[in-house]
Amino acid sequence: MKLAYWMYTGPAHIGTLRIASSFKNVHAIMHAPLGDDYFNVMQSMLEREKEFTPVTASIVDRHVLAQGSKEKVINNITRKDKEENPDLVIVTPTCTSSILQEDLANFVTRASYNSKADILLADVNHYRVNELQAADRTLEQIIRFYLDKEYSDTISHINKTKYPSVNIIGGFTLGFHNQHDLVELKKMFKELNIEVNLVIPEGTSVNQIKELPRAWFNLVPYRETGLKAAEYLNEKFKMPYVNTTPMGIQQTSVCLKEIQNILNTEGGNYNFDEYITRQTYFISQAAWFARSVDCQNLLGKKAVVFGDATHAANFAKILHFEMGIEVIWAGTYCKHDASWFQNEMSAFCKEVLITDDYNFIANKITQSEPDAIFGTQMERHIGKRMNIPCGVISSPVHIQNFPLGYKPFLGYEGSNQIADLIYNSFTLGMEDHLLEIFGGHEDNTEMISSNESSNLITWNQNAREELNKIPGFVRNKVKRKTEDFALNNQIQEITLEVMYAAKETNQ
Amino acid sequence: MNQSKDLVFECETGNYHTFCPISCVSWLYQKIEDSFFLVIGTKTCGYFLQNAMGVMIFAEPRYAMAELEEGDISAQLNDYQELKRLCLEIKKDRDPSVIFWIGTCTTEIIKMDLEGIAPNLENEIQVPIVVARANGLDYAFTQGEDTVLAAMAQRCPKIKSNTEKPPLIIFGSLPELTANQLTLELERQGIQVTGWLPEKKYTELPNIPEGAYVVGVNPFLSRTATTLMRRRKAKLINAPFPIGPDGTRAWIEKICSVYNIKPTALDQREQKIWDNLKDSLALVKNKSVFFMGDNLLEISIARFLARCGMIVYEVGIPYMDKRYQQAELELLKETCIKQNSVIPRIVEKPDNYNQIDRIYDLAPDLVITGMAHANPLEARNINTKWSVEFTFAQIHGFSNAGEILNLVTRPLKRNVAKIPLS
Repeated sequence: MKLAYWMYTGPAHIGTLRIASSFKNVHAIMHAPLGDDYFNVMQSMLEREKEFTPVTASIVDRHVLAQGSKEKVINNITRKDKEENPDLVIVTPTCTSSILQEDLANFVTRASYNSKADILLADVNHYRVNELQAADRTLEQIIRFYLDKEYSDTISHINKTKYPSVNIIGGFTLGFHNQHDLVELKKMFKELNIEVNLVIPEGTSVNQIKELPRAWFNLVPYRETGLKAAEYLNEKFKMPYVNTTPMGIQQTSVCLKEIQNILNTEGGNYNFDEYITRQTYFISQAAWFARSVDCQNLLGKKAVVFGDATHAANFAKILHFEMGIEVIWAGTYCKHDASWFQNEMSAFCKEVLITDDYNFIANKITQSEPDAIFGTQMERHIGKRMNIPCGVISSPVHIQNFPLGYKPFLGYEGSNQIADLIYNSFTLGMEDHLLEIFGGHEDNTEMISSNESSNLITWNQNAREELNKIPGFVRNKVKRKTEDFALNNQIQEITLEVMYAAKETNQ
Repeated sequence: MNQSKDLVFECETGNYHTFCPISCVSWLYQKIEDSFFLVIGTKTCGYFLQNAMGVMIFAEPRYAMAELEEGDISAQLNDYQELKRLCLEIKKDRDPSVIFWIGTCTTEIIKMDLEGIAPNLENEIQVPIVVARANGLDYAFTQGEDTVLAAMAQRCPKIKSNTEKPPLIIFGSLPELTANQLTLELERQGIQVTGWLPEKKYTELPNIPEGAYVVGVNPFLSRTATTLMRRRKAKLINAPFPIGPDGTRAWIEKICSVYNIKPTALDQREQKIWDNLKDSLALVKNKSVFFMGDNLLEISIARFLARCGMIVYEVGIPYMDKRYQQAELELLKETCIKQNSVIPRIVEKPDNYNQIDRIYDLAPDLVITGMAHANPLEARNINTKWSVEFTFAQIHGFSNAGEILNLVTRPLKRNVAKIPLS
């Protein structure tokens, strides 16, 4: 048992449902007790979805416990098949069905005799995988099912598209800014004269899956969802894939170079240099912005980064390489992808955290006292409590992270959005600073004790007044450091001299 | 539509959307200030709680998940030892007066003996542990509170009182302000409320001697009522619930009648409230409403809205206890006859899919429903009100009647250009 107040990823079935409801005309049936269909509420609220969420529950109640589901699951499948005419029904196990160990596979087989729709049992185990891993698996499972059905082992008859083309794999419902990212990626490929063959799963019909192998290559923009599918396509159809996330100027350029290399080995003759240069210096404002005098203020600022592997890693790189901001530590809750993350961060980041314990992260933030936090909604709330600005860069998210306006994180427009986000996070801190200096807010003279041994130390009148002149958001830091200094030097009363001495040792 | 002269009860498939009953921790931990709620379940439960509670989760709530791992499921770990470890941690960090264990679907299926473990552990760590099985296998949404209060009822002291009249204990968790209003309302009639189940502290649980009178404020408290009657030998006052001025009046009248008191000035009190509601009443009159059903408040609110002049097409409800809600059902029927309006059908364990078909056919002016259906229905130009708001808003007593109508009229008032959406 684990005492848990909050979690970064949801249970496995949420991942499966997110994939299922991203496809067009796919219905999911959860084998679950009453109340587990909370996914429908999230879909309808966060995505402000106009359509009814294509997810129903085959309810597990006392009768099912006593006698088993019997025909119930089968009846529910065939009923949905008639009512909604889906192309595919995905039977989704939950934590409850994991322990009931009913033969869901058998129900699926039997239901498929009487249904027009294809029927699949999602191959996920509640106790082994989380939401993101389950999404990755389910996407691969669906693709594999349709492609294995369509193509036997000999794959000679696949006609590639006449012009270079790509499948964009990943990007699904309830994903962080995924809708906007997909628009931005499509725009980019259009400008590069690369056809988008299929975007999967978002808005795609399962009947189109057989077209997947026609593309020249695959792009997996998010590591969490799509890698498994890309690996399968690579294995079966020798389709190359790119999984460098085009996030930030530099990473976008790396991604485009990789695409260029793939197209050239497939017989093309491509050079994206000019495109990259033009976009970097004339279309995107981020590169110029980083050079502008405004951004000199960011020099020496410290930030911490936390989120899913894709967003945290790429965001840390942007902060370090593009904005010159020191990343004290970067972390991810994607424990299953720890080695990749560690590897990516090791070059420039002193400390890497792999954890899904939010208390640990909260303590870590308290200790590191960064100037800004880039994290999930949870870190935003930690920041709020500590008066440190926070930019939200990753799931889990709230409704305000599903903006109506166009806000991609990927591609060149994404770089603009990210630069704004970073700059605004820090300026807010700066504004706060100026307000405090000029006495804009009410006088907050109460000092918060931040040091356990601080009751051994007293502050004389002058020192106390000096401390209160220091802007609120660094006051505690100064107080603690001065007290640490006093402790280390066996000083019991802090005077102005002690404060200045402490300041000097800190420089 | 049926034109029956009597209430018609139906039962469908039970394929409907509702909140999991563990959601009761969100309001109960706020009500019982010295409590800690430990939900013993899986990531699924945790995910629901953290998403349904929204912002509250960040306010350092006094509740947490005991998240079961594979070792717990396969009994490789010892339940007693595991729970002891977590509860000691809670005791150290929060020092609560009571720890509630909320059993879930998983603890039911693996038959974790929470009721058996609790007394021993309670002795060992010296913190009361109250067990409630608020799981989705058996219950819906607000019934979670019912399971917790039923468990608490057993913990109330049982001291024989030597007062002349039997004491009166009201059961149901209400915000402090609303509880005080109702207490005051009864005091005006010369009735002393001895205590509430729950009070705002666990250490202040009311004394319930044998023969005490008990009365409920909410329609979903049938287990609590049964426990009070059977285990505590209390006498249940079966009254309509104090929701709406009509319900509040009937509730007070019934309590008065038990104590042989003739209520004074109740007529005027009720009439004054109705007069104050004039504007809202004009807005809802002759408008039709459809309850999809998810929180068991449906009968009481439907009865109030019928009295307001609305036409109630269908009252969906997760579970219908005809004995506990008997007085409320009678008042509903009476109200419809008096208003000369259709008597609604009451659909227990509704089927949301079928209901949406009926909604298309009936085209009601307002559908009271869960959030899963609200946006899709709005997109089809059907006005909706999110039913959960009725659970969290203050709707009890005379003075809160306006609040119910505010909720109901908001979607009707919303005056934006109707852009054809689909």
